[in-house]
Amino acid sequence: MNNSVSNTARLLGAGLRALLVLTLVTGVIYPLVITGIAQGLFDDKANGSEVRADGKVVGSSLIGQSYTLPLKEGEETPAPDLKWFQGRPQNGLSTNSVNTQYKLILSGATNRSGDNEELIQWVKDAKAAVVKDNSTAGYEVKPSDVPADAVTSSGSGLDPDISPEYAEIQVHRVAERNGLSVAEVQKLVDEHTEGRTLGFMGEPRVNVLELNIALEELVAKG
Amino acid sequence: MGPVLAGVLQLLALVAALALAYVPLGSYLAKVYSSDRHWRVEKWIYKGIGADPDTEMRWPAYLRGVLAFSVAGVLFLYLLQRLQGVLPGSLGFSSIDPDQAFNTAVSFVTNTNWQSYYGEQAMGHVVQTAGLAVQNFVSAAVGIAVAVALVRGFARSRTGELGNFWADLVRGVVRVLVPLAAVAAVVLVACGAIQNFSGIHEVGQFLDGHSMGGSQQWNGGAVASQEAIKELGTNGGGYFNANSAHPFENPTPFSNLFEIFLILVIPFALTRTFGLMVGSVKQGYAILATMGTIWLGFTALMMWTEFAHHGPAFEIAGGAYEGKEVRFGVGASSIFATSTTLTSTGAVDSFHSSFTGLGGGIALLGMMLGEIAPGGTGSGLYGMLIMAVIAVFIAGLMVGRTPEYLGKKIGTREIKLAACYILVTPALVLVFTAFAMALPTPANSMTNSGAHGFSEILYAYTSASNNNGSAFAGLNADTQWFNTTLGLCMLLGRFVPMVFVLALAGSLAEQKPVPATAGTLRTEKPLFTGLLVGAILIITGLTYFPALALGPLAEGLA
Repeated sequence: MNNSVSNTARLLGAGLRALLVLTLVTGVIYPLVITGIAQGLFDDKANGSEVRADGKVVGSSLIGQSYTLPLKEGEETPAPDLKWFQGRPQNGLSTNSVNTQYKLILSGATNRSGDNEELIQWVKDAKAAVVKDNSTAGYEVKPSDVPADAVTSSGSGLDPDISPEYAEIQVHRVAERNGLSVAEVQKLVDEHTEGRTLGFMGEPRVNVLELNIALEELVAKG
Repeated sequence: MGPVLAGVLQLLALVAALALAYVPLGSYLAKVYSSDRHWRVEKWIYKGIGADPDTEMRWPAYLRGVLAFSVAGVLFLYLLQRLQGVLPGSLGFSSIDPDQAFNTAVSFVTNTNWQSYYGEQAMGHVVQTAGLAVQNFVSAAVGIAVAVALVRGFARSRTGELGNFWADLVRGVVRVLVPLAAVAAVVLVACGAIQNFSGIHEVGQFLDGHSMGGSQQWNGGAVASQEAIKELGTNGGGYFNANSAHPFENPTPFSNLFEIFLILVIPFALTRTFGLMVGSVKQGYAILATMGTIWLGFTALMMWTEFAHHGPAFEIAGGAYEGKEVRFGVGASSIFATSTTLTSTGAVDSFHSSFTGLGGGIALLGMMLGEIAPGGTGSGLYGMLIMAVIAVFIAGLMVGRTPEYLGKKIGTREIKLAACYILVTPALVLVFTAFAMALPTPANSMTNSGAHGFSEILYAYTSASNNNGSAFAGLNADTQWFNTTLGLCMLLGRFVPMVFVLALAGSLAEQKPVPATAGTLRTEKPLFTGLLVGAILIITGLTYFPALALGPLAEGLA
């Protein structure tokens, strides 16, 4: 009996020592070396692909933002600021519930299924809003023009991109609100449309933050 | 080019990349686990452990090594989380509660990576990098070690010796996982994955006026280095809550395909390692063909149902884009979903709960197959070899001949061990799901009601018992009930099958080989691949059909 207890203890000791040595290799040396390489070769990307406008950091080209008006009294969610191109709905995002000394955005999806009543309502409402917001005096958006990404939340809730189709239907509205010609804004969207990588990877997309920065510059040039 | 064609081309590119890596990686792995030379750094590590890497172990000793190492891992990771509140380098994050710390420790040690916490708000640098990411390496190495021990059982004769666990563990880490992960991590950083230790910091925003104020708070972290091994070791635990859908983990369409490649490359290559070690690469090809057939079939089905986007909300939206990122699209998200559930990974680049009813069912079924096509690092190969033993046995019954596989007789003892192996996970999944449905409180955790709500719970227990870790994440799993029962499922679902695998390996290694005769089933032929695919589908189908009919089938056919 004593023998088997001391055998077990010896074995657990070996297990623990193995864990500690391998923690040194994979949990200390490995991440530090990779961080060194990353900071040396790709410091911009390793630190979050920050984007500047007028010398000021305005976010990351990888992280979607919301372009809304300040929250008014009585509103649950702020209204979109229709001057700017809008990104996808972000119903899956939440704020942190522990370690509340920070104000973190928690990435996440809605996890609603296709037959979930709430999701059905969200999609219907979003579609109606996209049609209404983007129809201008001379340009009518039909419900069938609205692409799926415009009315659904992404997996991360932080999707930085929209489909070129969604950008397309926003062009007339953005031009009108900023006093620009449709052709100017259309050109901007075309310049910021990225095709599939090597022609077949992923889907064509438009980075909303970069597009809005370019829009701001265009408006400033007047 | 339409999205369907682009999806198919991405699948073909992936197949081509895996084919290119197959021979060199499979051969390298065989060399690693057959060599009798030790690297200098390995000798230092053996000295640190106090183990002699040249001592051969019989199966009980090998198993004791696996268990001792894993127990130490659970205890260490549990303590690390419980002490987070006082550890430096933890961003001032508080300690993790006991039930969640238990669940998370077990989850990462068992290669499951089920997460009932939100990564960005709960786990600081030290726990993520020196705790969770370490288990990403070593749990994968343990899986490969057990698989290699089983292969040695087939390859060796008249000995009970299966190799040395410490040597297999250390070589897996030092010669395979660390070098591959290092290269992969640098590639991911080059795509845009972050790699820093800047903690939580303020970053400006485009608009001042909106709800978040003029700035946003970001987590820094060693994300790329963790992401690389998270995929390569088929672990799946994300740095962020959104896992590989988060742009800092998976920034571009290329990084997405690259991550799928990382998930699949070792499990597929191990079939060549197996072939080389048992002395017939053709036997490896037969196993590879079985895995490849199921993986391709599932992926094609998934793409079909996701592009067809059946389901009220998706039909109104005009596509199944809920929970999917624009840069990946439906095609690549479908490939990721089947690859992650047919291995033991559980990382996600899109959220399975918002897949179509049938799509969610395919993800679920992928795990229910036992994650063998191609399966987790190591666990996929040993799971598939167990199924091969069963298939050989069934064929033997048909012709009335004592079954044999790779020159070893499949006798009473062998078939009992294989049968016990395949009973463990279904028993855990079905019993715990039944309890969770029957008790009053667990059902409160569901986000969706009806058939999909049932699927959420079935998915959780399937994912935990098979050590997958993906979720129908609508389920609020951070309750004492789920943290505890899912933790138990992960523990039992990982280590009980390993006992049977190693016992089987020991029993095979003791046998003397039977010479092949005209009556021997040719297990390297396509006929056997067909038999094996059939056996896998029938056994899983019979086990889970009633449960699947209540959940995803009911939803998908509604």
